[in-house]
Amino acid sequence: MEKIKSYEELKALGEKLSKNDGVTKVYVGLSTCGIAAGAKASMEAMASEIEALGIKNVELVRVGCIGSCYAEPTIEIAAPGKQNVVYGYVNEETAREIVRTHLAEDKAVDNKIIRKAGVADNQIRIALRNCGTIDPESLEDYLAVGGYQALAQCLFEKTPEEVIKEVTDSGLRGRGGGGFPTGLKWQATRKSVSDQKYIVCNADEGDPGAFMDRSILEGDPHSVLEAMAIAGYAIGADTGYIYIRAEYPLAVHRLLIAIDQAKAAGLLGKNILGSDFSFELEIRYGAGAFVCGEETSLIHSIEGLRGEPTNKPPFPAESGLWEKPTSVNNVETFANIPAIILKGASWFNQIGTEKSKGTKVFALAGKVKNVGLVEVPMGTTVREIVFNMGGGIVGDKEYKAAQTGGPSGGCIPAIHLDTPIDYDNLTAIGSMMGSGGMIVMDEDDCMVNVAKFYLEFIVEESCGKCTPCRIGNKRLHETLKKITSGNGTMKDLDKLKELSEAIKDTALCGLGQTSPNPVLSTMRYFYDEYVEHVKEKKCRAGRCVALISYYVNPVKCIGCTACARVCPVDCIEGSVKQVHTIIQDKCIKCGSCMAACKFDAIVKK
Amino acid sequence: MSEVKLTINGIDINVPEEYTILEAAKLLNIEIPTLCHLDLHDLKAVNKAASCRVCVVEVEGRRNLSPACVTKVAEGMKVQTNSPRAVRGRRTSVELLLSNHPQECLYCEKNLHCDLQKLAADLGIVGGLKYEGAMTTYEKDASSYSIKRNMDKCVLCRRCETMCNEVQTCGVLSAVDRGFETVVQPSFGLPMMETACTFCGQCAAVCPTGALSEISAVSDVWDELNNPDKYVIVQTGPAVRAALGEEFGMEPGHCVTGKMACLLRKLGFKKVFDTDFAADLTIMEEASEFAHRLQHGGKLPILTSCCPGWVKFFEHHYQDLLDIPSSCKSPHEMFGAIAKTYYAEKFGVDPAKIVVVSVMPCLAKKYEAARPELNTEGMKSVDYVITTRELAKMAKEAGIDFSHLKDEEFDNPLGESTGAAVIFGTTGGVIEAALRTAYEWLTNTTLEKVDFEALRGMEGIKEATVKVNDLDVKIAVAHGLGNARKLLDRIRSGESTYHAIEIMACPGGCIGGGGQPYHHGDIEILKARTNAIYEEDRGKPIRKSHENPYIKQLYEEFLGEPYSEKAHHLLHTHYVKREKL
Repeated sequence: MEKIKSYEELKALGEKLSKNDGVTKVYVGLSTCGIAAGAKASMEAMASEIEALGIKNVELVRVGCIGSCYAEPTIEIAAPGKQNVVYGYVNEETAREIVRTHLAEDKAVDNKIIRKAGVADNQIRIALRNCGTIDPESLEDYLAVGGYQALAQCLFEKTPEEVIKEVTDSGLRGRGGGGFPTGLKWQATRKSVSDQKYIVCNADEGDPGAFMDRSILEGDPHSVLEAMAIAGYAIGADTGYIYIRAEYPLAVHRLLIAIDQAKAAGLLGKNILGSDFSFELEIRYGAGAFVCGEETSLIHSIEGLRGEPTNKPPFPAESGLWEKPTSVNNVETFANIPAIILKGASWFNQIGTEKSKGTKVFALAGKVKNVGLVEVPMGTTVREIVFNMGGGIVGDKEYKAAQTGGPSGGCIPAIHLDTPIDYDNLTAIGSMMGSGGMIVMDEDDCMVNVAKFYLEFIVEESCGKCTPCRIGNKRLHETLKKITSGNGTMKDLDKLKELSEAIKDTALCGLGQTSPNPVLSTMRYFYDEYVEHVKEKKCRAGRCVALISYYVNPVKCIGCTACARVCPVDCIEGSVKQVHTIIQDKCIKCGSCMAACKFDAIVKK
Repeated sequence: MSEVKLTINGIDINVPEEYTILEAAKLLNIEIPTLCHLDLHDLKAVNKAASCRVCVVEVEGRRNLSPACVTKVAEGMKVQTNSPRAVRGRRTSVELLLSNHPQECLYCEKNLHCDLQKLAADLGIVGGLKYEGAMTTYEKDASSYSIKRNMDKCVLCRRCETMCNEVQTCGVLSAVDRGFETVVQPSFGLPMMETACTFCGQCAAVCPTGALSEISAVSDVWDELNNPDKYVIVQTGPAVRAALGEEFGMEPGHCVTGKMACLLRKLGFKKVFDTDFAADLTIMEEASEFAHRLQHGGKLPILTSCCPGWVKFFEHHYQDLLDIPSSCKSPHEMFGAIAKTYYAEKFGVDPAKIVVVSVMPCLAKKYEAARPELNTEGMKSVDYVITTRELAKMAKEAGIDFSHLKDEEFDNPLGESTGAAVIFGTTGGVIEAALRTAYEWLTNTTLEKVDFEALRGMEGIKEATVKVNDLDVKIAVAHGLGNARKLLDRIRSGESTYHAIEIMACPGGCIGGGGQPYHHGDIEILKARTNAIYEEDRGKPIRKSHENPYIKQLYEEFLGEPYSEKAHHLLHTHYVKREKL
């Protein structure tokens, strides 16, 4: 694209590109999840079928995540004047069928239609507004939906102070986890006196099960670039860095394309749109350390130093990258910015709760039917997310808890299903907003085991700098292992709690200070399960291998030998048509027999 | 500088706004225990890791406890240093450290000198460990002659890293891996001997535990002393006398030269000599070399070469400048060479039976003694190097009540020295000593005022210009290898020109050497040692090396002229290029 030289040129171009001349658009979800499920082949199948049938006025559009990860590959058909239709499980065959039936004959393929995430279930898409409806590798697509208009408006119609005021008034809080007001952070960075300042985008999404930021970057990279430039203008920075984990190759690929496009079009670089403002952007890769999502560690990593935190204060706003004032904001935070500028703070702050404005994207995962991305107004309850948008628990089992905030967060038990989700409520019930991972657990999940899982993650990911995190979490994990293997004592439970509280109190960075949360929150809501493990040597969910045994129910066993044949350690005795027996001493509790038995004759106790 | 008012444990205090809580508390005599913290302020050696979490205090309004060592004071701040919450946090940190620390205090090198041991005692941790579990174990590294690494004992205070990377700019030690497996080591886990380590020993000097320590030669020295066939003689470096007393509870800042000589005799050394004698000899050679280069258009600046840490540093990092350091061996190596030739000949002792033991403030000297090019007639010039600390251990092992020893003199002819030699022990001293001699030689006049104040003090890089005849001789002094690097970079780029430069690897010079009694982060101790050195110099009847009568005798009887061929053969050396890793 040629350089866009002025605000007027940008406006005219946006208008021109936004015109749709009666074309039916078929959006094919080609983010990592879609591609992994085979969406590229489905798209090719559709293209060849369209060509073979000679269908006109149809455009296949590569888009980011549509949100319904459980049903990938997914496509959405948008025909002028008609309701959009979303299809799921679109393999190559279904793809051809959709072309033949829906596109050629205008008849829906009913059994493949899935619910469109969004309006119907009270979702509001702000951060994800373009995900699933524009080609992330096309600047034209972004310009057609008003892209870079917010930046232009800031540069030509607002002073930096006015931009900050708009963001402050909107009530936007950091979506990376801490929830610090974004406007205040920008204000503090603007106020710091320095010859050089930086904007950093934290794209080091590391929580297990979280993929909000990846989806935004894969689906709408330009919105983040635009927001970073706006932030740069607001705080007085001419350089920005996107710190992204190298395990996100597609997001990196699309970001690089977007940066090149924006530079070529004069939307990044020197004298943007002919203004006095210049802004350069570069990408820096993270090597997969969870702690590098913590802003001071991230900064050290960009500097080429060991990725470990330093004590705050001083905050990056005062002394950040190369000791210069730096504003570190998360991907989702940035994705909200252009919408706030264009629609105004008063529009944004109508959405949400008193202290948490706007929406939050959650990556819904675990034992929920509709795994995927949802964006909901702050104040939505866990019940709505899990049971409406998520479609309830897989196998209609009983909801036990949802973990939010990843390893730094806590679990939300059934009694809090109706708690409106916002920063402060989640903290009050012992969890935290975090970056937006929400992992749903059911009756088959052992909460002691869950705590152990998260601690294992923390032990692996602790940078090792401070004593409480380095050694304390190791000791917590060891104690949890002891309890789940049936060797715990009641004294261990007291020690767990005491040590968890001390770690919270003394650890150096945010990671360490929140690392015992999974222990504390599971102990708070599921203490009886801990006691059961200790006193009765029992794991009610049947997860803790050391505490369970498999038995043959002699009433149900018909002696088919299926179990004996799959047992990897030959610990099942019995001949054909005779009741079988499991030799407990030899059993490794792998559960293969239970899976193999067609008569429900194997029981776990 | 504006002040803020805060309250610590209910007591109001006004302090400058850049103070930390720890500094403010100190003014109120409120002790907050620390472990990783290190602040040798004047030497710019400050460790701000805040990693141990021992100094945590409660600050009203803050969600978490704050580390006093790095948390700046603020107006109206209310601090509780000993609230139950703060004490619990602090105690937990120490208990956790102990849960991953070998329980072998009884036979640890740092027994009774260990900061962690003291903390455990101060916090009343008795009757067993609260937390137990897996412990990290690493291979011990005793590959070098100088520094032993036992990372099982490391508490990850990161002081060694600060010294190695920020102060000394050697970049040998850094934390690798993460979480519970985090360990401080050279790149690729290389043994120390294969790295660019200069063996300055500053890492060991600040290590709070026994993770980094010297490789001891004490038992070897005992063996030699017990061998009737050997003729074991000893020499002591100038900085040793300024610090040895500390090991026996004496106030820092007093030279114990006489008691030290007495101690060495009691330990069984045949002759008790002084490296200071050889320091005077070094000045004869180095001043001659300087005068020679000055008068014959030789390469300038000349750099002093008596510090082995510094020598190894420039061999690794300044290979293009290998022709500018003086070719003089270091004083204790010159001593060894003279002892095994001149002394052996003069007193009819078989040089093969002579064992030269050096008592040094330094760990690099151990490595230096093993450099093959420093051998004398196929023999090691110096057979063993023990540190000030090791000498004290020998004294204690022998049950010698050091503080009640009487003052004795060194033996002659290798025990007489001048004030110029004494000041070798502190930064600026070597160049000052060289000036005292070179000035008189070059001008043929008597130097009335021998004190060159501009070359003294703890400033990292010092400069002075001295008028010698018609020439303004430009002198520079650097101590600490980071400062040396700055100076050398300026020379390399041509930005600065000097005639003569003194460099000492250790901050403060040899008084702050890696083998000295532990200063536990107290800069006042280093300053006191420096004062003791200058005091000793002032008290000396002769303060210029070339006036040392035994040195004159040595040249007359044996070496001929300074910088002569024989002197070259015995007292000079060359340098080798080494890899940077």
